[in-house]
Amino acid sequence: MNLSVNFAGVEMKNPVTTASGTFGSGAEYKDFVDLNKLGAVTTKGVSSVPWEGNQTPRICETYGGMLNAIGLQNPGIDLFIERDIPFLKQYDTKIIVNICGRTPEEYAEVVQKLADEDIDLLEINISCPNLKAGGLAFGQNPEVARQITDKVKRCAKQPVIMKLSPNVTDITEMAKAAEAGGADAISLINTLTGMKIDINKRTFVLANKTGGLSGPAIKPVAVRMVYQAAHAVKIPVLGMGGIRDSEDALEFIMAGATMVAVGTANFNNPSATEDVINGIAAFMEKNRVKDINELIGCL
Amino acid sequence: MADKKKCTAQVTSQIKLAEDIYSMWIKFPEDADVAGMAVPGQFISMYCHDGSRMLPRPISICEINTPDNMLRVVYRIAGKGTEEFSKLGADSTIDVIAPLGNGFTINAHSFKRTLLIGGGIGIPPMLGLARSLKDNGSTSIEAVLGYRDGTLLLKDEFEAYARVYVSTEDGSAGIKGNVVDVIKEYGIQADIIYACGPLPMLCGIKALARERGIKAQLSLEERMACGIGACLGCVCQSKEKDGHSNVNNKRICKDGPVFDSEEILI
Ligand SMILES: Cc1cc2nc3c(=O)[nH]c(=O)nc-3n(C[C@H](O)[C@H](O)[C@H](O)COP(=O)(O)OP(=O)(O)OC[C@H]3O[C@@H](n4cnc5c(N)ncnc54)[C@H](O)[C@@H]3O)c2cc1C
Ligand SMILES: Cc1cc2nc3c(=O)[nH]c(=O)nc-3n(C[C@H](O)[C@H](O)[C@H](O)COP(=O)(O)O)c2cc1C
Ligand code: FES
Repeated sequence: MNLSVNFAGVEMKNPVTTASGTFGSGAEYKDFVDLNKLGAVTTKGVSSVPWEGNQTPRICETYGGMLNAIGLQNPGIDLFIERDIPFLKQYDTKIIVNICGRTPEEYAEVVQKLADEDIDLLEINISCPNLKAGGLAFGQNPEVARQITDKVKRCAKQPVIMKLSPNVTDITEMAKAAEAGGADAISLINTLTGMKIDINKRTFVLANKTGGLSGPAIKPVAVRMVYQAAHAVKIPVLGMGGIRDSEDALEFIMAGATMVAVGTANFNNPSATEDVINGIAAFMEKNRVKDINELIGCL
Repeated sequence: MADKKKCTAQVTSQIKLAEDIYSMWIKFPEDADVAGMAVPGQFISMYCHDGSRMLPRPISICEINTPDNMLRVVYRIAGKGTEEFSKLGADSTIDVIAPLGNGFTINAHSFKRTLLIGGGIGIPPMLGLARSLKDNGSTSIEAVLGYRDGTLLLKDEFEAYARVYVSTEDGSAGIKGNVVDVIKEYGIQADIIYACGPLPMLCGIKALARERGIKAQLSLEERMACGIGACLGCVCQSKEKDGHSNVNNKRICKDGPVFDSEEILI
């Protein structure tokens, strides 16, 4: 039985990775999951300099999911290179580094610093507020998304995944913009902007007022968007949004995702990633599927 | 490699201590040496059976029974998750990750004049600490317990380990006021303070410890998602740049929940 996939030129032993921001750089999960079993580890968004993130509360639970407004707190690319990459290199898994920025120059700086590092893919989070566009995300305007893809591609040594925001009218437009900019792959979905109100205190639960909705509650939206995006472009798709078990993951794969990421489910079950991999294998065994590639985009 | 896990534990008993307050003993499976590793001040992540509630509920360890591999928690119904827990009878199961975080640190000062302060639902973890200090030979433990009213949660149990003083907001028992009022009123002296309770209380204790030039270890609370240090949801501001985060933020679930009062900004 073959579980391995080729994603944008990188051989993955299986199609499962972690969703950025839900798994740190893996150190906190190594006691719960054998990191050697994962196709890849996708790390928390990293920027050119350390970011403090938002005020607390940053987290709140919602029905079948959660809102987060971490505000992309991260230690900055220098410490990341010094500490997190060597940590992950101890394991037999691919490394996908997720990058955030407030200006195109900030993205480019991080990408350049990673040029000589032994990592496998870059994932560019364009759901970050664009400083010049008054908080509107880079990923909410196709022309801006194309430009930033182009800029990143010019300085990237590793294949580039553009991570799309679902907070748009037409996801296919954004997928095509990334492809036109030269992206090697796309990933989706990032979180959907949401809000929760504490009716007893008559305030917003999150200090930031709004946060990103993730978890099982968003899965049908995510599957639909992955299906639409996968049919709009030729580059491979990394699908995510509410995956909790192998059945969820297989929906994404059949909808057109070559790889899938497990995010919020890690908070409910820290070994969720391994369980998803085992579940996919069991499904294939039961249904006599010899190669996972037979299932990718079969709809 | 992967040696920690979320495990399914057994609820061995649950009793209602007061309106909306429950005490539960949980027994861990043989292959999970939880009680042996646990120290007072650590917490456990308790998961709901209802799948629509994804996130763990962090609850402090109240008591540790090592021989039987059991932990006790005492909690208040604060919403749907804790309400679900309150309905679990003996012999039901609960999914838990434990123990988590860093508990109270015991040092040379802990065996001089030790002052334990608990406010409201912050009292349970202090009970475990009192017992542990006493078991380890401490002879001078004083405890100041702050309550809203005369329910006096766990006061009886505390008396087995410490000399207990009480404050109530409504004046129905002990001194009317807060825990700092009690300390001043009785002239309680201490070489070290341990505390858990609402933020305003912890701020008052931090100021008092600074005034007296003694160390205070405070247990903090914040909303959590992973409970193990990965998501950066539960941070508090730190005085110095934190080595892990590289900014002035510490993770309450991983670097805490117990902090030295001078290392954090509250
Ligand atoms: C380290 C730590 C130790 C704690 N120890 C105790 C204890 O010993 N006894 C006790 O009664 N309570 C304790 N709490 C508070 C307890 O975690 C919350 O009351 C509980 O999570 C509420 O869950 P719920 O589903 O009933 O409420 P809901 O409001 O329905 O919960 C919704 C979400 O918000 C989170 N949440 C709500 N209130 C809090 C809070 N105050 N702190 C953190 N998360 C919250 C929940 O975990 C859940 O994810 C502790 C909190 C922390 C951080
Ligand atoms: C706490 C948290 C932090 C996140 N941080 C990032 C991040 O740094 N960069 C990013 O591209 N996406 C981030 N995400 C989005 C996830 O990677 C993922 O796209 C989204 O949560 C949907 O997947 P899920 O439902 O499986 O969690 C974060 C999500 C959560 C819940
Ligand atoms: S709850 Fe995730 S870092 Fe503390």
